[in-house]
Amino acid sequence: MQVEELVEEKTATKRTENISGSVAVLEALIAENVQTIFGYPGGAIMPIYDALYDYNDKLEHILVRHEQGAIHAAQGFARTSGKVGVVFATSGPGATNLVTGLADAMIDSTPLVCITGQVFAHLLGTDAFQETDVINITTPVTKWNYQVTDANEIPHVLAKAFHIAGTGRPGPVLIDITKNAQLQKFDYSGYIKCNHIRSYRPKPIVRKEYIEQAAAIINNAKKPFVIFGQGVILGKAEKEFKRFIEKGGLPAAWTIMGMSAIPTDHPLGVGMLGMHGNYGPNVLTNECDALIAVGMRFDDRVTGRLDKYAKQAQIIHLDIDPAEIDKNVKTTVPVWGDCKETLPLLTQLIEEKQHTEWLNKFKAYSQKEMDIVIQHELNPSSDVMTMGEVINTINELTNGDAIIVTDVGQHQMVACRYAKMNHSKSNITSGGLGTMGFALPAAIGAKYGDPQRTVIAVIGDGGVQMTIQELGTIMQFNVDVKILILNNEFLGMVRQWQQLFHEKRYSFVNITSPNFVQVAKGYGIAGNSINKRADLKNALQTMLQHNGSYLLEVMVGKENNVFPMVPQGRGVAEIVLSKEEI
Amino acid sequence: MLTAVKTKKQMKQEYTITVYTENQVGLVNRIAIIFSRRKINIESLNTSPTESENVHRFTIVVIETEDVVKKLCRQIEKQVEVLKAYYNTNDEIVWQEMGLFKVPTDVIAAKVKVERLLHEYGARAIAIRKDYIVFETTGHSEEIERLIKALEPYGLIEFVRSARIAIIKSSKGFHEKLIEYEKQTADALVENEYLDKQEEVFTM
Ligand SMILES: Cc1ncc(C[n+]2csc(CCOP(=O)(O)OP(=O)(O)O)c2C)c(N)n1
Repeated sequence: MQVEELVEEKTATKRTENISGSVAVLEALIAENVQTIFGYPGGAIMPIYDALYDYNDKLEHILVRHEQGAIHAAQGFARTSGKVGVVFATSGPGATNLVTGLADAMIDSTPLVCITGQVFAHLLGTDAFQETDVINITTPVTKWNYQVTDANEIPHVLAKAFHIAGTGRPGPVLIDITKNAQLQKFDYSGYIKCNHIRSYRPKPIVRKEYIEQAAAIINNAKKPFVIFGQGVILGKAEKEFKRFIEKGGLPAAWTIMGMSAIPTDHPLGVGMLGMHGNYGPNVLTNECDALIAVGMRFDDRVTGRLDKYAKQAQIIHLDIDPAEIDKNVKTTVPVWGDCKETLPLLTQLIEEKQHTEWLNKFKAYSQKEMDIVIQHELNPSSDVMTMGEVINTINELTNGDAIIVTDVGQHQMVACRYAKMNHSKSNITSGGLGTMGFALPAAIGAKYGDPQRTVIAVIGDGGVQMTIQELGTIMQFNVDVKILILNNEFLGMVRQWQQLFHEKRYSFVNITSPNFVQVAKGYGIAGNSINKRADLKNALQTMLQHNGSYLLEVMVGKENNVFPMVPQGRGVAEIVLSKEEI
Repeated sequence: MLTAVKTKKQMKQEYTITVYTENQVGLVNRIAIIFSRRKINIESLNTSPTESENVHRFTIVVIETEDVVKKLCRQIEKQVEVLKAYYNTNDEIVWQEMGLFKVPTDVIAAKVKVERLLHEYGARAIAIRKDYIVFETTGHSEEIERLIKALEPYGLIEFVRSARIAIIKSSKGFHEKLIEYEKQTADALVENEYLDKQEEVFTM
């Protein structure tokens, strides 16, 4: 660890104070403008919690019910606030409980700083009580991690942690601090923010040549197609992106992670990509002549079979992470850089155009999807409710202004397919890892990240039971989240695959649930359960208008399927609209 | 020409990856798991200091296609404490490995042939004891392996072969680059190999 790596931003106070490592941790958080910490105490992190006792007025600590809840909450916080989420956990089981969240944050590029307690340095490697090799367990799922064994390291290690987590392609950082370092008194001379590490280059330099080549391709294209991911949101480049597509008249489709970077009803927004995305964007990926990918990573759920993916198109890839270029899809022109910088440069060079005929093609596919899929989902002929109509009613009642946090499964796909979103950072979901149990704790964090907005957690009856203990957190801290359980009495997404691809051999997808309303009641949370369409609007209205958290269970069709679908192993153009086509 | 480029790219061959890093605990693991995660075997791995203070050097040998090796290098460079990763084919580097051989002393004394053999391979004795002699030789892996084979019939007690160390023929060392990295404007240094290999990229 080199102190020279740090470049002074402001002159630190000259006088030194004798403080403990624990106090230095909290001072670092304050210097980094952290207000909220999600955590859970334990033996090896007790000195930090002891210090926290005196920082009650400056730092808000949310006591979760499980460390997985803490890290998902921090993710939700980071995603709605655009800031770094902070987590405290103890050694051993506390730290290992973070692993799922770290993997989730890693693959979805969520900036986090997780601080774990560790046994005394002299006990490392002795199989001490609650000793786990946290650094090595978390290496593959952290952007950076580091073990502190001496309090003197704390200020600059934390400065480095925040710099690394929040810059470039963001990601989770874990700092493991041995108990002796937390207790140790040392001469503290202030906190200096880090803005340069010689071996770390978060932003590739923008090469004008590529901007020019990319612009030439776009200007010559008859059927240009923009696909965008979370990079637009992480890069805080929503405005720049909008100007770019509007000037070029470029149809644009989002990945699940990119959703809400532009309003979902933007005239150039042609829908969602991916396995359960919209019909047009999937089919026309294989018809466009220029594919312009912005801040997305060509996940296999987006590309389907790679050897049948956009082979006809010239491909421009704008990304901040050089390792993403050519990783899955061969690029014609790579535009490395922060899209906040590259998009305006590109916009400058592209011609003002309208691709009306091409855009109409998307509309035609959209109409077909409307006729065959959407219309039936939103206006079902049977008495049984569909997930789509529930989401659609939310659209009516919130006018697209709510933050929707989804779990994983059919309800996630349906929510992302049908939800209306007017503002960026409205779609909080576990996209890359597909972590069931994400939504309830993430919704808690999402509310802290953007307290002014309504937060609705849309969760399946399966996923909610994975982290249901976080109702306790909601209760204790009066977190105003609306919990909407779409109950199909199945592990729906797995059931859908068993139906479609395993001859309807329903193997352990039948899941029974507790009386969710009673459970909520036990936690002092108001709730209701409905199974009739006639009650839907009122029930949702009651939930939304309720002062404080509320749980609403909606019984939906047991064996409904999500369509369209690109079956695994097929090309994007082989997307099907119904099970008859599989 | 183009097809030739393609087939070369798709062919598995020996690549030597040279990684310059900060000197930090745990970095070996961070780098090693980039290979193991993709189920790629590391043929040899050596770490050493470099001409620049505090900069460490990894020399890693894998048998892979250029496409895979290029992606591996990008993933390696993505690690916060990695300064730079290069990959080279054998004709682009000068490289050596070392072997140590423990041979019974009485065999050497009795059989002139063995001594001649060791001599032929440029091996020299580095430890002489009553019961055994330890010889050392350096060369390419095949040369060392050949000596092992030749010695086997004569009661070779044990042997060990080192990892590869390699120097890139065209390299000017890491000093200059490091000075640039230390400057605030180091962002400008992310290299874009497309610029240098444009033709290849654009015709693919
Ligand atoms: C932690 C975890 N375990 C297993 C899975 C596999 N999985 C994906 S979707 C799904 C079913 C989800 O069921 P439910 O929560 O009821 O939602 P639904 O699909 O019915 O809307 C399962 C088991 C997962 N994504 N995450």
